[in-house]
Amino acid sequence: MTFEYADAPESTSVVTVKSNYRHFINGEFSAGTAGEFATINPATEEHLAHVAQGSTQDVDRAVSAAREAFTKWSAMSGSERGKYLFRIARIIQERSRELAVLETLNNGKPIRETRDVDIPLVAAHFFHYAGWADKLEYAGMGPNPAPLGVAGQVIPWNFPLLMLSWKIAPALAAGNTVVLKPAETTPLTALLFAEICQQADLPPGVVNIVTGDGSTGKALIEHSGIDKVAFTGSTEVGRQIAQAVAGTHKKVTLELGGKAANIVFDDAPVDQAIEGVVNGIFFNQGHVCCAGSRLLVQESMYDNFMELLYARVNTLRLGNPLDKNTDIGAINSAAQLAKIKELSIAGDEDGATRWTATCELPAKGFWFAPTIFTEVSQSHRIAREEIFGPVLSVMTFRTPDEAIEKANNSPFGLSAGIWTEKGSRILQVASSLRAGVVWANTFNKFDPTSPFGGYKESGYGREGGRHGLEPYLKVGA
Amino acid sequence: MSESLDVNRTAKLFIGGKFPRSESARSFEVHDQEGNFLANASLASRKDGRDAVVAARSAFSAWSSATAYNRGQVMYRVAEIMQGRRDQFIAEVSAWSSIEEATIEVDAAINRWVWYAGWTDKLSMVTGSNNPVAEPFFNFSIPEPTGVVAGFALSDSPLLGLVEMIAAAIVSGNTVVVVASDRTPLPAVSLAEVIATSDVPGGVVNILTGYAKEIAPWLASHMDVNGIDLSGIGDSELAVELERSSAQNLKRVLRPNTHLDGLSRVKMWLETKTVWHPRGY
Repeated sequence: MTFEYADAPESTSVVTVKSNYRHFINGEFSAGTAGEFATINPATEEHLAHVAQGSTQDVDRAVSAAREAFTKWSAMSGSERGKYLFRIARIIQERSRELAVLETLNNGKPIRETRDVDIPLVAAHFFHYAGWADKLEYAGMGPNPAPLGVAGQVIPWNFPLLMLSWKIAPALAAGNTVVLKPAETTPLTALLFAEICQQADLPPGVVNIVTGDGSTGKALIEHSGIDKVAFTGSTEVGRQIAQAVAGTHKKVTLELGGKAANIVFDDAPVDQAIEGVVNGIFFNQGHVCCAGSRLLVQESMYDNFMELLYARVNTLRLGNPLDKNTDIGAINSAAQLAKIKELSIAGDEDGATRWTATCELPAKGFWFAPTIFTEVSQSHRIAREEIFGPVLSVMTFRTPDEAIEKANNSPFGLSAGIWTEKGSRILQVASSLRAGVVWANTFNKFDPTSPFGGYKESGYGREGGRHGLEPYLKVGA
Repeated sequence: MSESLDVNRTAKLFIGGKFPRSESARSFEVHDQEGNFLANASLASRKDGRDAVVAARSAFSAWSSATAYNRGQVMYRVAEIMQGRRDQFIAEVSAWSSIEEATIEVDAAINRWVWYAGWTDKLSMVTGSNNPVAEPFFNFSIPEPTGVVAGFALSDSPLLGLVEMIAAAIVSGNTVVVVASDRTPLPAVSLAEVIATSDVPGGVVNILTGYAKEIAPWLASHMDVNGIDLSGIGDSELAVELERSSAQNLKRVLRPNTHLDGLSRVKMWLETKTVWHPRGY
């Protein structure tokens, strides 16, 4: 049976995309000193706006503003700081549709995700940390918790506003001030957030946003005026940051790449597992650091499971991200698309078998159809390297021990999934997996109360919950 | 009255629960603070360092999955055995300090083991949480050990500093490779003998004597070491170089001059695991 869907596009009239966007420094929008660059809609390749390219001087100005604001912000009572964060949370809820549409326009992810996942989680994150601001001494970090100072924060393009909230909310709650650099390809919602800070009357300099490419991020992280570095992005850049801060006093948290194993046991609830495997790798076009990109299926149910999986993936709707029926949106950039293609070709060359969903790709924009590789061995590049796209590598196992060994055979350790109806097995396998987040009978779930972060080369530090305050506090002062 | 000639101890390395000499067959002279010769200690090589990492990695699985109660018992046993050899430790430490200072250090070191032994079954309570997520899951976060931790002892605290470094890591299930101070290594050799007779499984604690500046770069760049304690590295240029190499596999780094003690130090070598367990009928 085939379903026909009428187009159901979300209106873009709710958002006004300006022709030019400038840095947000000391509470005001101001031009940079290094020109500007264009940002586009990756689903259509249409030009959206010009955005300031942050220079070393721009970063310097932002760090100075943050430093100056730190004195008052850190001395303000926790309850007053918290009220600003509550205000921000509320304005995000009020302007949620506008944020969702803008995020979809600039990122290429489906409106269904920005509307139902990203933006609600952003508001929830601010709401959660707002309540911490006057309760820091109850967070169990030690006596006299105090903020660090100015935080330099660099975030990726896969969840632009959500990553902003993971960075800014705990930093501000703890009494720090921030300079944040959004990803080069997705700066727009961060600049809309800057307007929200203005609407909330947040004191100038508490939040500063400098846009630009990797060189802007580097200038921020290496700036001698910051006390804290928070980065979400690739393991390669994470390594460079860890080297750059060597010998400094800067406290660092890194949330880096992953190659998560999603382990399906033969007693799993099959329909639920199929949905979870699909969500694990195809949610957000696979642009997810914790994506379930390695599927481990128990041999005894392999044939049946794969048949159901192919059938389900073939029903995914790829196309216009603004259409409310769309499951798979656009790849975020031409560069990312090239990387996905390169690694997929490596999969062919290493001897894996490629299966591609039967869907038409739009003529304009950056697109990659859901892809599944079988007959993958652990040494294949597609089993070891993060693809960060809608590409699943499938392997099999016979015993729980073999599944655990294969799952742990990775330099990464961000997340993992377990599918089984047996509660005791969930807990036993979860305790054996060297990964920071383990989902059982679900995948890619996030919550502001739930600490998130990796083991091994997936980075260090946690974001979310009580644990997420620790990177922004010093104790015993 | 007939005199019996002292039977001097050979100061050896401690790797995988055994006491080998350095594979390089080298040694270095140890002197007290007046410059009197005390012993020839084994001079560990980079190969000894790598062997120690292999031993530490092999011991990690069993030690990290031992029950907290068991780890606590074993660590308390270390304090018991040290207490029995208290006079020997005081004599050894006093080669570089007064008897009074040595006594204070040795008693403090024994008490540190007792303090840490009591932490094993409380870490999860104090650093873990259950998290009220807005969906039908029981969501909890628990501490787990980081893995293999390498460390370099302070030279001005030949025993207490070393005990702090080792105990703060193994309390949660990490395994360690530590390099004793090259100026004051003999208490570390005795500590190895205590650990070897205290039910600590072989490989959980590995103690090398030698020069940190020779061995440290190999441990900092080792891809199977997960954490590195640089608190005892006095040479700041070396410390920066080691922190930079540690970035290769994103080791957790305790920088020099960060005086952490107690729980903050334990947390350096902890990972947080969050599990989403489904609820439902």
